[in-house]
Amino acid sequence: MSRGLRAVVLGVGVAGVGVVLVLAFLGMPHFGTSHHPYRDLAVPAAVQHGTANVVSSVNFDQRAIDTLGEETILFGSVLAVAALLRPAKNEEKKREAGDRVPFQATRMLGYVLMPTTLVVGIDVVVHGHVTPGGGFQGGVVLATGLHLLYVAGQYRSMEKLRPMPLVETSEAAGTAAFAALGFAGIGVTGSFLANLLPFGSFGQLLSAGAVPLFNVAVGLAVASGCVVMLAKFFEQVFLVEKEGDGG
Amino acid sequence: MTVLIAIALTLVLAGGVAVVFSDDPQRQAVTLSVYGMLMTLLFFLLAAPDVALSQVVVGTVLVPLMVMLTIRKIRGHR
Repeated sequence: MSRGLRAVVLGVGVAGVGVVLVLAFLGMPHFGTSHHPYRDLAVPAAVQHGTANVVSSVNFDQRAIDTLGEETILFGSVLAVAALLRPAKNEEKKREAGDRVPFQATRMLGYVLMPTTLVVGIDVVVHGHVTPGGGFQGGVVLATGLHLLYVAGQYRSMEKLRPMPLVETSEAAGTAAFAALGFAGIGVTGSFLANLLPFGSFGQLLSAGAVPLFNVAVGLAVASGCVVMLAKFFEQVFLVEKEGDGG
Repeated sequence: MTVLIAIALTLVLAGGVAVVFSDDPQRQAVTLSVYGMLMTLLFFLLAAPDVALSQVVVGTVLVPLMVMLTIRKIRGHR
């Protein structure tokens, strides 16, 4: 495709998206009014299922099928990163993963914040149905927390903390658990992704039916997925071309 | 509240402009991270803590880190 034609195709695409966006925005309820048709339906539905965090109820109960889609997209992205960033034939792993030793204060911060962030991550996953957060947010916090060890200059310890076969397996297991919970819904109630557990009492740790289980499954998948992706990026940084193998 | 939202929106606008006009990709990763933080503030003020939480970890940490690592890889080849 020539440069000019490409610009035309891009122009048509951008203009089309622009028009559609403007039309959509014009049709939206005005900002800051009390008219919220979706809220009026979603909040009572969440309360009925004993889910204090309405967002979690929407994600894992009312519209769980959408979340399954997102989950699949993440899984696909991780697979794509792993496939694209695999070492080329003329590359080998550099022995020295050694970085310059960071400032003492930075190392200290990394050591203190790593365990703290991991605890916060677990908390965000486990309490996803009660307080803001959930599997996705908590999962990314967990993955981020682990990489604070890299900030502290401890790349090797970080590598030891995340054995790749285990992380890759738990990424798949988390995604599979989501789908399995969906099929369990068919088995128990007859509909896919139905909330099949007792709803418990509102605001308690054991409430919201299967929502906490979905959060844990997603947390596992997201944390592992992010770790796998970042590991592939790190691997690339430490790869060098073999001697005399120009290219 | 409206004033706070207006301030946050202005900051997001300024942050976005700063990202676009950062010439060096390495600096851009840093401005992108700051921009992520400003977006977090905006989401928080708009009473969307769930989104704010996603934004703070993805926008200020994960994406800039991937950008930095990519830049390091590319520079290492030269």
